[in-house]
Amino acid sequence: MLLSPALAISAVLFTLGVAGVLLRRNAIVIFMCVELMLNAVNLTFVALAQGLGVGGQVFVFFVMAVAAAEAAVGLAIILAVYRHKQSVSLQNMNLLKDG
Amino acid sequence: MTGTTVDLIWLAPALALLGFVLNGTLALTRPTAKTLVSIIGAGVLLAAFGVAIAVFSAFTGLHAPTEAPVVFRYWSWIPVGTLQVDFALQVDQLSLVMLLVVTGVGSLIHLFSIGYMQDDPGYARYFAYLNLFVFFMLVLVLGASFPVMFVGWEGVGLCSYLLIGFWFTAEVNANAGRKAFIMNRIGDFGFMVAMFMIFWSTGSLDFDTVFAHAPTALTAGGTAITVITLFLFLGCTGKSAQIPLYTWLPDAMAGPTPVSALIHAATMVTAGVYLVARCNLLFAMAPVSSAVVAGVGALTALFAATIALKQWDIKKVLAYSTISQLGYMFLAVGTGAMTAGMFHLVTHAFFKALLFLGSGSVIFALHRAYHHTHSHEDAQDMRNMGGLARYMPWTTALMWIATLAIAGIPPFSGFFSKDEILTAAFARGAVEPIWLVFWGLSLVAALLTAFYMTRLMIYTFHGPNRTGEQEQTHLHEAPWILTGPLVILGVLSAAGGLLNVPALYHGGAWLHHWLEPVTQPGAALRPEPPLASGTEWMLVGVAVAVAVIGIVGAWQLLKPERLVPARNAPEERGLARILRNKWYVDEIYDALIVRPLVWFSRVVLWQEIDQRVIDGAAVNGAARGARALGWANRWIQSGQVGTYVAVFVVGVLLILWRAMG
Repeated sequence: MLLSPALAISAVLFTLGVAGVLLRRNAIVIFMCVELMLNAVNLTFVALAQGLGVGGQVFVFFVMAVAAAEAAVGLAIILAVYRHKQSVSLQNMNLLKDG
Repeated sequence: MTGTTVDLIWLAPALALLGFVLNGTLALTRPTAKTLVSIIGAGVLLAAFGVAIAVFSAFTGLHAPTEAPVVFRYWSWIPVGTLQVDFALQVDQLSLVMLLVVTGVGSLIHLFSIGYMQDDPGYARYFAYLNLFVFFMLVLVLGASFPVMFVGWEGVGLCSYLLIGFWFTAEVNANAGRKAFIMNRIGDFGFMVAMFMIFWSTGSLDFDTVFAHAPTALTAGGTAITVITLFLFLGCTGKSAQIPLYTWLPDAMAGPTPVSALIHAATMVTAGVYLVARCNLLFAMAPVSSAVVAGVGALTALFAATIALKQWDIKKVLAYSTISQLGYMFLAVGTGAMTAGMFHLVTHAFFKALLFLGSGSVIFALHRAYHHTHSHEDAQDMRNMGGLARYMPWTTALMWIATLAIAGIPPFSGFFSKDEILTAAFARGAVEPIWLVFWGLSLVAALLTAFYMTRLMIYTFHGPNRTGEQEQTHLHEAPWILTGPLVILGVLSAAGGLLNVPALYHGGAWLHHWLEPVTQPGAALRPEPPLASGTEWMLVGVAVAVAVIGIVGAWQLLKPERLVPARNAPEERGLARILRNKWYVDEIYDALIVRPLVWFSRVVLWQEIDQRVIDGAAVNGAARGARALGWANRWIQSGQVGTYVAVFVVGVLLILWRAMG
């Protein structure tokens, strides 16, 4: 029924998220792209739950809860980095490299 | 447990150990409490001697002579699989003889030490070591198995090392201690290999089990028993200073003189003889090893006697004399005459302890005389002595008794024991002709013994005095605490022969019968060939003639009035110089063994293997390799999160692709 279009949209959203993470430099945007991927997965769960039982729907709640926590922590980190570096560009965040 | 006084045997070593603990504590806390140290140090020995006598008399009343030895098992020491070693002490005829000698002569030497060491700052430490030595020596002679004996064997080696290097602030003394320790380590290796092989072939290390199983477990004259006994004898050559491991003993004279008397003459160095006598069954089963033991003994007796001819240090003469006399003992036990060997061990303990303590008394007198005049002459060099009979009549008389005893003049103790050895060797020569050679060697050694001992006496006590004008007024006889033990030892040296007067002189041969239960297994396997009494009388005549020729010859040939004090003495030439330098054996060992070993250790082991291979290639090489790998791969870690994510995504895609395909 609606399964194939739902999975297709989910795949497109996930690919957009991956591409965004790979290509963008702004940490906030990358963060949003990560959320995009999570929600693409959520969509897949919900869609497949129609045929395979309620487990997928339950799992979505877990993912949302974790995503909320992740958003809080992640935004806090980005804020801290911004205060320190006056920038949220990932290109400037390479302290792990030597020299 | 027998329910008699024999059960108290543990007290003897325990008393010595107690003395060590108390004196050791005093040495660390109150080193000046000399009276207390003397009472404890000599007191525990006298008490141990009392225990020894009590045990001895209880034992004689307890046992029919053929019964098995009394073994006391105190606790299980090494229980590993089939190897069961208990800490056990064994009381039998042989260990009782040793027990009496060690505690008896030991007591006298402890008493002597009180006077001899009175001004030494390390007084308490000295007595602690001496007591510890007696403890280990008693463990050695009382141990009921090879491992327990080995504990004592190693322990006396440790104490020997500690006491040789007692005045360790002089490097030469410390080196002498190390030399003794290392030479003994070579011998100990032999002892240990022998123990492993004994366990391997008989399945036990307890004396009674080993000797019970040996005749069935091993073939007499076979390779296994020969190798075992030869390794045991290697242990003996180290501890008892025989060729080729004897060179440590003369250097061991660096220790205090009573130590030389106790450890390096009377007791510890005879441990090897005791070991062979204890294992008489094993040696009787290996005729080749017995011949080696006897041959090495005879050769050592002669070789050491030649060196003793030209030594100037009074203690060095006695040291080489000890080596020579130990050679006699090994000749005896190698010949199968275990009683003769043990007999000579006992009489030697008497007269050699007397000689050493007498020389100690001389050194003490000279040292004090030089101390008064602030002179730094050598108090041990015989060229600085001479004519001491006038100042020290007691010491002189007693030293003469010991000299006559060691030379083998009847009726002194050494005559009986040495004559018994020579007779046994000659008798064995009738069956195995090689023993006639050994007999000849030891006869020449007897001649030299009489000669060098007379030389020592002439140069030390007779002729003009060479100590110095000022010093002569300060030469005195030693105090009674020094001469008292000498007198007792003098009586023993003179009369010690009574222990074993052979049937030839209608004696009871007490020691022979006493030791029979222990020596019987070996003697049954390898009986001593009988000798006609006419031949025996002839041999006695030869031995005495040789001794008399030696003494008279020395008296005629040596001119003490021509000697000059050590500081003006000219260098010897020719053979005398070779003998003075001990046949250059130390130098030969140095060139053949020590230096190649040091070179190999330094250049190959240290500089090549340790520094290059291990440090260079292995240790630093591993570090360098890790660094190179890290350097080569560090471009991966760009620090750009985007790159990491890209790699991650590519990886996930690859896995998905593999999983689907």
